[in-house]
Amino acid sequence: MTALRRFVRGLEWGSLSRHAVLIFFAFVFAFPLVYMAMSSLKSPAQMTSDSSSIAAFLPTGDLSLTNYEIVFEIAPVGQFLVNSLFISGVVVLAGIVVNSLAAFAIARMRWRARGLLLTIILATLILPFETIAVPLLFVVSRLPTLVFEGGTVELGEGWLNSYHVQIFPFIAQAFSIFLFVQYFRSLPVELDEAARMDGASWFTIYRRIIMPLSGPVVATVAVLTFLPMWNQYLWPLMVTQTEDIRPVMVGAAYFGQWGPFGMAYMTLVTVPVLILFIVLQRRFVESIAASSTTG
Amino acid sequence: MQEWMRWSVGDRLILLLARDVVFMKALVNTLLFALVVVPAQAFLGLGLALLVNKAVRGISLYRTVYFVPVVISMVVVAQLWGALYNEDPGVINAMLGAVTLGAIGPIDWLGDPAMALFSIMALSVWQGVGFHMIIWLAGLQVIPPMLYEAARIDGAGRWAEFRHVTWPGLRHTAVFVFVIASIQAFGLFTQVDRLTGGGPLDTTQSVIFQAYERGFGKQDVAIGSAISVVFFALVLAVTLVQRFLGRERRGAVR
Repeated sequence: MTALRRFVRGLEWGSLSRHAVLIFFAFVFAFPLVYMAMSSLKSPAQMTSDSSSIAAFLPTGDLSLTNYEIVFEIAPVGQFLVNSLFISGVVVLAGIVVNSLAAFAIARMRWRARGLLLTIILATLILPFETIAVPLLFVVSRLPTLVFEGGTVELGEGWLNSYHVQIFPFIAQAFSIFLFVQYFRSLPVELDEAARMDGASWFTIYRRIIMPLSGPVVATVAVLTFLPMWNQYLWPLMVTQTEDIRPVMVGAAYFGQWGPFGMAYMTLVTVPVLILFIVLQRRFVESIAASSTTG
Repeated sequence: MQEWMRWSVGDRLILLLARDVVFMKALVNTLLFALVVVPAQAFLGLGLALLVNKAVRGISLYRTVYFVPVVISMVVVAQLWGALYNEDPGVINAMLGAVTLGAIGPIDWLGDPAMALFSIMALSVWQGVGFHMIIWLAGLQVIPPMLYEAARIDGAGRWAEFRHVTWPGLRHTAVFVFVIASIQAFGLFTQVDRLTGGGPLDTTQSVIFQAYERGFGKQDVAIGSAISVVFFALVLAVTLVQRFLGRERRGAVR
């Protein structure tokens, strides 16, 4: 009690009201997620009877992981998770290579119009993906593809319903190039010059000198690429038709009607993102702050 | 309704869109959505940034909690709020009933044509506001502390300090926040798709949802693309306004 009294006396009125407001908003932002996690552990009847009282946010009744087991029976959830992990993973890896190479050419090599090229790349930042989704759908539905059938290879038409249609459009990212360019420019020019003297090729400089120094920006780009890929919905909804290549967010439609199974599925696909966020929080915050200075 | 207009291509399709009742509703809804959500996200985000820009105990935990919805997929956010919005028994209705002592009865948040768009606005603000808080916070932290000291010496109160030091220092950030929030708001799609499908009575139709429905659902790539062009024009207009504001500011300061 004395500790509590000392704590209360230590607070000024201004800071007390600030704390009250802070706690109020913490509740506003947290209560849906607490509800989701708690409901995912309850039986359907329990969840319904709890939802009009404070019990909605509390671990009441018999808690079990049954809903999570049922979720895997309703839909090929394991497949969805593997698909999302594969697609996001490939885009992250390919994105790091492609965007850093582009940035290297712009930031470290001297050639005409590299500034202009950067301006053009950055101009695409104002175009949200939604703008090009429908036209892009039209384009990918007409791209040539190799069809392997009974030992022969034929040229088919259309990329729809495949992994690569979910991967290629997202590898090159203007914002990733921007982050790499900014970072590469901060590295001393003398590094390149010394290596050039020693007869190193540009690619060797990229691979042996610049990239090994670029750990922080690689991490930032990886996080910023992974997150939207994992959370993606509109594009895979349009280009996938079968369960074997669908990602997790399209899979959420199987559990659209609320109830504890939906809650279990949503918790399942949100937890990886939350872990990633909490581990790499500083990278998130820094990269968002960096985006506001793009101009 | 659209069938006899199929022959027209190119710029004519936009004229046809203008006569399309559902599309015009979608356009009005999207503008209305942006008109409410953009200022709400921006100013609430600024309020939160000012709130957490002070070194009190546990402040980084609060920042984390406020930011968490940003990293969650809109699909999950929409479906989760769909459950919370349930009429009876529903968590939001129960909380509303508890706060107002039962004065406001259960509301059909997503089924009532008068409420559906508002409900979608509310969950969208909830999801996006933490993002803008972080941008404002970055802006706040580059304002030189010297200016605050000078203001205090001149005897400025809290409001005067905000009005003459903080806000002018955030002008550039403000433009950025409004542009990003607008582009995100115009892109309204997932919430509509997961929750209302454009209903009830087309009150939650949106531009991108129409582009998707026409271009993909009805396989009419031409109309879908035409809608995308209208969408692009919206986004471009916002960006040009940003350019204009940015230039004016530079001229005013120097």
